[in-house]
Order: sequence, then C-alpha cells, then structure tokens
Amino acid sequence: MTATATVTPSLEHLPALYRCMARIRAFENAAEILSQGGVSAYNKTADGSAKVRGPLHLSTGQEAVPAGVCAHLTPSDYLTSTHRGHGHTLAKGADLGRMMSELYGKATGFNGGKGGSMHIADFSVGMLGANGVVAAGLPIAVGAAHAQKLQGRRAITVCFFGDGAINRGPFLESLNWACVHQLPVLFVCEDNRWSATTASGPMVAGPGAAARAASLGLQAVQVDGNDVMAVYQQAGELVTHIREGGGPRLLHAHTYRVKGHVSVDLAAYRDPAELDAALKTDPMRRAREAFVTAGGDSAQLDRIEAEADAEVAQSMRDADAAPWPDPATAYTDIQTTGEGQWF
Amino acid sequence: MVLSRQRMSYSQAAVAALQAEMAADPRVVVVGEDVGRGGIFGQYKGLQDQFGAARVIDTPISEAAIMGSGVGMALAGMKPVVEMRVVDFALCGLDEIVNQAAKNRYMFGGQGRVPLVARMPIGIWDASAAQHSQSLEAWFAHLPGLVVVCPSSPQDNYSLLRASLHCGDPVVYMEHKTLWGVEEEVDTSLQVPLGQAAHLREGQHLTMVSWSRQVQVCRQACEVLAQEGIEVDLIDLRTLWPWDRQAVLASCAHTGHLLVAHEAIRVAGFGAEIAATVAEELGIPVRRLGAPRIPVGYAPVLEAQARISVDATVQAARRLVGR
Repeated sequence: MTATATVTPSLEHLPALYRCMARIRAFENAAEILSQGGVSAYNKTADGSAKVRGPLHLSTGQEAVPAGVCAHLTPSDYLTSTHRGHGHTLAKGADLGRMMSELYGKATGFNGGKGGSMHIADFSVGMLGANGVVAAGLPIAVGAAHAQKLQGRRAITVCFFGDGAINRGPFLESLNWACVHQLPVLFVCEDNRWSATTASGPMVAGPGAAARAASLGLQAVQVDGNDVMAVYQQAGELVTHIREGGGPRLLHAHTYRVKGHVSVDLAAYRDPAELDAALKTDPMRRAREAFVTAGGDSAQLDRIEAEADAEVAQSMRDADAAPWPDPATAYTDIQTTGEGQWF
Repeated sequence: MVLSRQRMSYSQAAVAALQAEMAADPRVVVVGEDVGRGGIFGQYKGLQDQFGAARVIDTPISEAAIMGSGVGMALAGMKPVVEMRVVDFALCGLDEIVNQAAKNRYMFGGQGRVPLVARMPIGIWDASAAQHSQSLEAWFAHLPGLVVVCPSSPQDNYSLLRASLHCGDPVVYMEHKTLWGVEEEVDTSLQVPLGQAAHLREGQHLTMVSWSRQVQVCRQACEVLAQEGIEVDLIDLRTLWPWDRQAVLASCAHTGHLLVAHEAIRVAGFGAEIAATVAEELGIPVRRLGAPRIPVGYAPVLEAQARISVDATVQAARRLVGR
C-alpha cells in the first residue's frame, strides 16, 4: 500500500524541508548548465570548455526523498548514496560549496578533485560516498550498520539506491544479510522509473523493491516520493523503529527522473507526455501548495529559494577561484604499505 | 612463562595470529561462510568459542555482501577479516574489492581508510578442477590500493597475517589451498614486515624467485641443482605488492641470472613483472616458469599439465646458466 501524509503539512516542518529541496534544486540546475559540453556521450562531444566535466547524474525532481528521509538523521548516522547523489549529500548536511568545488575538480573539493560528482562524499557528516556502480552502496551500508550494532551505538545507516539496483545481486544479498543479523539500516529505494536510458518497468519482474523486501520478511512501506511531508512522516516512523533496535526496514519511494540519465542526455527516447505528467507532481510545487493551503506565507518560500540561488552562485565563484589540485596528489591517499612504489 | 616457539601447522599459525589480534584489538572481527565451525581448512578453528558469534560472524553464501560489508565495517571503525573461502569464489565479490575496497581511500580524497584482510586461498586444490584451482595473485597486484600477500610457510602465515591486520590498507591475503597441513616451529614473537622477501638459500650462479606453494618445488630443485654444482640464490617474495625489488635486484646483480617460478599461468603472470624489471634494470638473462594458459583439468594426467614440476624447474635453471 502507498502511504500518504495523514498529518496536516506542518507549518513548522515544511520550511526546513523546503529549504533542503531548494538547495538541491538550485545546485542541480547550476550543475546542469555548467556540465554542458563536459562529456562525450549521447551524440554530444566534450568541447573542453565546461567547468564541470564527466558524467553528471542529476536528481532534479527527486528532492523530496532525501529531504524527507535525512531530516531524521544526525551526523553520527551513516548514509550511502548512488551515482545520483548530490541531493543525498546536501540533505545529510554536507557543505554545498565544497561539493561544487569537487564538481569543478578543484583542490578545495571534498575529495581534493580526486572523485568528482560520482564520488561525492563527506565522511565528517557520515556521508560515506556516492558510487559509480549501481547497487554497490548496499553491501557497504550493511557493513556500516553491522559495525554500528557491534559497537553498541544508537546510530543507524540509511542506504539510498535506485529502482535499477534491485535487479543486481548485491540488493538481495544485502537485504538478506540485514534481516539475518537484524541490523539498524533503512533501505530507501528511490524509484525514478528509469534505469539509465531504459524504462525500468519492462525490466523488473513483479511489483518491485517493496515486494522483494517483503518476500524476505523485511517490512517495506511505499510512499509518494514527491510528497515531502509523506516521506518525512514515513521515514520518521521507520527511523524511530530502527533506532530502537527493531531491525531493518525498506522505504520504497515513488518519484520520477525529470532529466536524462546524465546531464547531456535529453531523454528523447521517452514519451513527452510522461514527463509532462511527472512535472505536474513536482515535489517543490506540491510542497509550496501545501504550505500555502495550510496558511503559510509564499514569500517565505521565495526567500528560501533566493537564498539557495545565492548560495549556489557563491559556490560557483569560490570554485572558480579555487586552485587546481597539486599534480603530486595523484600519488597520495592510495595505500600506506608500499607507498611511493608506484611503478 | 609463555613459550614463543611452538610447532604449528600453516592453518594453526593463522588461527594463532587471529587469536592474538582479536584478543588485543576489539575492532578485529571475522566475517564469512562457515567461520563459526572453524572454516573449511580449520583456519578459524576455535575462534567463535573464544570470541563469540558477534565477532566471528557466520554469513550466508553472499560473497558480494561479505566483501562489501567488510568495506562498510572498515569505514565504520572495525578491522574485518573477510573470508572468501577460495580465490575462485572471491570473483563473486570482485566489484566490492576492486571498485570499492581498493578505490575508497583515493577516490574520496583520503577521507576514509579500509583496513581489512580478505583471505582468498590460491593454487591447485588436488582434483578440484577448473573453478577451485586458480592462482590469480597477478590480478590483484595490478590494482592500486591493494596489498597482496602470498605466505609459503607457517611462520610467514603467522607473522604476515598479523602484519596485514596492522597495516591499515585493504590486504588480499592469499594462503595456498594445499599448505594447510604443513608444520614447522613458529616463533610468535617474530615480526615480518610486509614487502620484505625471505632469502631462503644462498648461491652465486642463479637467482630463483618464487612464492606460495611453488617455493617448496623450488627448494627441491635447488637441492638437485646443488648436486650438479649450480648454486641457487632462492628468494621467497612473500608479498607481491609491494614486492621486494631491492632484494631481487641485489641478488640478480650478484648472480647474473634470474628464474621466476610460479604456479599461476605464465602469460601476464606476476613473474613477467619481475623478469621485465630485472631485465630493464640489469640487462641480465631472465626466464619465467608458470603454468600454460589452460584451465586446470580434473583427471590427474590433465591436472599435471598445469603444474610446474621440480624437473621442469631444474631444466629451466640449467638452460639459463648454460648447462
């Protein structure tokens, strides 16, 4: 069953959730523009002038899921992400400016320019990394949760993955493992209906992530992933349950990938009507409507958006001004044993 | 008084090393299939009784999750010993070791470390055929971020397993599938640093470099050669990455001839790296011995085709020194 918000959208909670979504949206919109011409793919050629190079996977339109889930987390909780991880990173509390710098490949980025968009991470807030391999975050999340249990910590791990990941073996292995060892992990399937440039529906046998979880006895809840209050409410219940030692849970959030697989992919392969329908359920638009309906002041949300835009603009100026990494750092942070023996 | 010298088998030495490390450091845990019952080779015998099921963790047959959860545990402050049973099965967790464990520290800009030891025994396991008999150490030596260890003796298995748990890097720890019963006196106070070769025999005519079970074959070949007046400088590499270039080059500069012998397939084997390095640096004659590029067959006569015999080693050495 699909849960929807049963509480009135809260005037108290919505601005913070909206701010989280607005920062993600502003970041993704800027990164999308900055990355044009930055990668040779989808009949586009890299022209060398783009500030942001390489494949850039945008989470535009999916902001409600990380915003609603991560609102319940603290820095001591862990999070593993996907190749589409900017939203998770910001929602977990990572610094926007350092993420932009990493996308530019600058020394001031989270990874000192070693990772870029696909390997965004901020361990200082428990964000254990985006990942270039679909479903690769699941076993890592399970291990992190296993450590938390062994260490007797009250912290939990949240594992984001997409609908494409449920067809990979590590999905089954990790869910089974989490159940067998009753680990403090929340699996969050961000079902955006697309696996790269292939529609997921015809590639998935059965009803999907929640049903597969249920087959293992892992309780799963489906939620409208574009309704930020619904995500917030459901995730809150699941996180509380897990934090109290109740074992793993899965949240299957239905959302939609508004952009192509990467930022230069115009997604010409899909029915424009599908996109039009999805845009009508845009999570920020819905949150705004809910906020105003509940008596909130629309201008407050305007200010939040303006602040997010300004923050992103500043992050671009900072990234522009930042130095490139020292080429010598190509040889650091590899391994300590045998350090210096690279040839 | 605790005696530091005890007679131990290769598997008992591993157990003793883990006992010492687990007693000293609560972060050390064991994760894998059948470890609670001691492992299929007895390489975890008694550890679950001593340290409990929370630290010697039985798992489903889920190599990707075993390896991947090891990465997650390591990032979260543990030091997991990850059991892959045999290297052939570790291939089911290859993304987790190659793209995750090995790359994590670098691609995240040094934010995290992945201190884990992944045990994945190599070698021909008698009559076990193609999927249980591979020696894939060169695959892992190729990958930045990983340490690769191939102990050939109980002493080295004890000391190198302990060193691996102290190094802070992801270690591909490759015991040999048929060395488990080999016994010798082990000095539990002896520390062996990673990356340091063992000089097993001194000779002036020829340098022989090997590792893992093939060292035994080389030792026998050296005896035969000695009777013919060919004195071999025998080096057990012990660690493939980082490998002890200094020791190998010093020996080769002295003998003027190099023979590298390994159980792994010769084509693109790690012997090629050593031979090429020595040829580049010293310009002396080099020769490689390794298995032909064939899968290991089941029948004894087929399996034998994949083995490098004492005789083949002796003949290669003779040719190299012109006898």
